[in-house]
Amino acid sequence: MTPGLRRWTFLVAGGGLGALLVWGFVGLPGFGHYPGPYGDLLNSVAVGQRHATDVVTAINFDYRGFDTLGEEFILFTAATGVSIVLRELRRERERTAVDEAAGREAPATSDAVRMACLVLVGPTMLVGWNVVSHGQVNPGGGFQGGAIMATAFVLVYLSGEFIALKRLSPVHLTDAVEAIGAGSFAALGVAALALGFPYLDNILPLGTSAGTVDSSGTIALISFFVGIEVTAAFVLIVGELLEQTLLVRGDR
Amino acid sequence: MSALQAAVLVLVAGGATAVVLTRNPTRQVVLLSAYGITLALLFTAFQAPDVALSELTVGTVILPILLLVALAKVRRKEE
Repeated sequence: MTPGLRRWTFLVAGGGLGALLVWGFVGLPGFGHYPGPYGDLLNSVAVGQRHATDVVTAINFDYRGFDTLGEEFILFTAATGVSIVLRELRRERERTAVDEAAGREAPATSDAVRMACLVLVGPTMLVGWNVVSHGQVNPGGGFQGGAIMATAFVLVYLSGEFIALKRLSPVHLTDAVEAIGAGSFAALGVAALALGFPYLDNILPLGTSAGTVDSSGTIALISFFVGIEVTAAFVLIVGELLEQTLLVRGDR
Repeated sequence: MSALQAAVLVLVAGGATAVVLTRNPTRQVVLLSAYGITLALLFTAFQAPDVALSELTVGTVILPILLLVALAKVRRKEE
């Protein structure tokens, strides 16, 4: 393809894309004017029906729980894929790691960074746990809280100790926690079926009043399962990738 | 649209442009992490705190660290 032809191809394609974008934007509803019925409907009924004051969590883990289950398994599959692919590579490289390490010492982590990270580990874990356990009451939930708790593990690594990270999150344990989290979410749906209700129906007592931690039935439980699954999945992915890089760098 | 929302929109547009215009990959990752914070601000200003919480952790910590690890590995191969 000659440069001239390439330029013309781009101009035609770019012009077409631009026109489509403008056409699409002109047809959008006005700022702040929500046209669909479902959002308003759920906003008005969710608190009474499910005793969950965070309607977003109620939607994610109950009204459209089946979709969320599918999303959960996307992350589960991604983590599984990463560990399968990288474990193979690790075995291949381990023989040469020692040779490559010669004269390639990684610079030590500064005390300031180490201290700052270590101080943040506990509070980060606590915030994550708070977000997971209060998903049905406040903004947040299993996914957000799980990602925050995984950040606490990343902070352990950033404080300079990959070994400490590995000791805190042994691969077998992380694998098991991830599988238990994802599996329990699916099993909760099957439990509803066994009792004669639709899949993932809210079968647990909803609690006496909306807005308390022990309210909202299965929503709180699913939030917990999703929380540990997401934490384990992120820790597994980050840990595997770090191990891969560090081994190849010959860093310990 | 409130003045706060307009200001955050401008901030996000500027941040995204800065990320795209950065040529050094390592700097780009650090900038991307900062850009994640502006996105979290955007979601907060538009009353989507659930999304803001996800963006805050995934966009500013998990994604940058995965990219940094990948960069470290690529650089090691090039040496």
